[in-house]
Amino acid sequence: MKVNLEQVNKTFPKGKNDSLHVLQDIDLKIEAGEFVSLLGPSGCGKSTILNLIAGLDHPTSGDVYVNGQKVKGPGTDRVVVFQQGGLFPWMNVLDNVTYGLLLKNMSKKEAQEKAMEGLRMVHLGNFTKSFPHELSGGMKQRVAIARSLVMDPDVLLMDEPFAALDEQTRIILHQELQEIWEKTGKTILFITHNIREALTLSERVLLMSTRPGAIKNSFTVQASRPRDPSDSVLVQLEKRVMSELEEEMEKVLKEEFGDGYRLKTSAVRDRNREHMGDHI
Amino acid sequence: MIVIVSTWEIISKSNLFPTFMFPPLLIPNDPGGVTVLSTFVNGLISGQILEATGVTLSRLLVGFAIAVVLGLTFGFLISRYKWVDDTLGFFVTALQSIPSIVWFPLAIVWFGLGNISILFIVAIGATWTMTVNSSTGFKNVPSLYLNAARTLGSSGFHLARTVILPASVPHLISGLRVAWAFAWRAIMAGELLGGSGGLGYLLDMGRSLQSMDLVLSIMIVIGIIGTIMDNQVFRRMERSVARKWGMGA
Repeated sequence: MKVNLEQVNKTFPKGKNDSLHVLQDIDLKIEAGEFVSLLGPSGCGKSTILNLIAGLDHPTSGDVYVNGQKVKGPGTDRVVVFQQGGLFPWMNVLDNVTYGLLLKNMSKKEAQEKAMEGLRMVHLGNFTKSFPHELSGGMKQRVAIARSLVMDPDVLLMDEPFAALDEQTRIILHQELQEIWEKTGKTILFITHNIREALTLSERVLLMSTRPGAIKNSFTVQASRPRDPSDSVLVQLEKRVMSELEEEMEKVLKEEFGDGYRLKTSAVRDRNREHMGDHI
Repeated sequence: MIVIVSTWEIISKSNLFPTFMFPPLLIPNDPGGVTVLSTFVNGLISGQILEATGVTLSRLLVGFAIAVVLGLTFGFLISRYKWVDDTLGFFVTALQSIPSIVWFPLAIVWFGLGNISILFIVAIGATWTMTVNSSTGFKNVPSLYLNAARTLGSSGFHLARTVILPASVPHLISGLRVAWAFAWRAIMAGELLGGSGGLGYLLDMGRSLQSMDLVLSIMIVIGIIGTIMDNQVFRRMERSVARKWGMGA
């Protein structure tokens, strides 16, 4: 077992005496080499779970274990790829990728060789001297992935890494991420709000309910790789996940717009019956 | 520029004021008389102005360096610890509103009339702006960069050096710029009141000798140095950061 969350709760203080219950009794287990997606509507606490595993945040109660060890703070065995990449704009691509390696007391030459290897894996071997602002969104995310991979982490945590990219770039990066996963056999936890993305990439999809966030259901994706979105298994699964996700969406929307809000309106149910029979 | 210079010349030659009060810039009012230009050139050749400039600049640089180091340190502490922010941070705002020359009497009593007193007011004049700017810069480092660095294994001093400092460079440059301006004001006031050597001292001499041509020459020197600093140092820093980060340019 690579990652193990036991009865994790998280509350954030809100105002003076109030608090926001974000995560409730989360039990989550990820096996070594597994590719797991965490799917849920925005605000359901999926990024909070990732931050807890990364050690950037601490649970209010419960424990987080990685490799059987309790998580106490950030560590290089769990590297995060952030939605906005998080590349340092004052460093060029190569320096960004070697940043973590040099912290491991690796010699400069060795670090650069390893970084080149990582950059070639994401097809950016020719952009070592470029600065992040000179790259496109997709290229930045490739660099961020390379920066994480060269650290050789036990668990790769990905926080909606492709959410800000255009559709074409995303499709290409989906393919490449699958290839990287098959090649390296890393354990990956992938956060997303995109059902198709979750189904295309992962072996297991965990659906989260919201307010407070909890794990609602788990779906195993038994489709052959490379995944094809028109695969009947995926299409069926997408429908099932969608209908469950809609319940959660409705809950959020009702909280925001009041109880009168319904995601699916019914003409029969909503018809005004006050004047029924007036014409008789 | 031409308009200003010719207006000045006309007023100077109109005999509204005595020549010593309103010396001509380029053309002497009477044969062999003083002009600002000739005083300026003679001052440069004789080394009087150059020497004084050297004295002032070396004081300025030392005081400024002290202010930058102190400002960065205070700024870092304020951004890092809440209680420092509540105490020192509040105090700094009050201190910043005190013109640094106000410290001079105190400095004279503490350090005597001389170099150290002048360094003291230069440093104290520039430190607070630097503190305010650097703490703002440090506080506004995006948490994304901090989190990214921390998951890659950085912490403590390494994190401060490799992430917090470079990420706040745009704030720091504007801090340096304002601090530099404050340092100039402080050093001129200090030297006027009690410095030996230096441009301020020369100014005071110009006043007592009633030679406004000297005073105006010194003003020109200060203007030139200010322009050079701004264009060659601060602008260049800003431009190189903008180019590297892909902002603006």
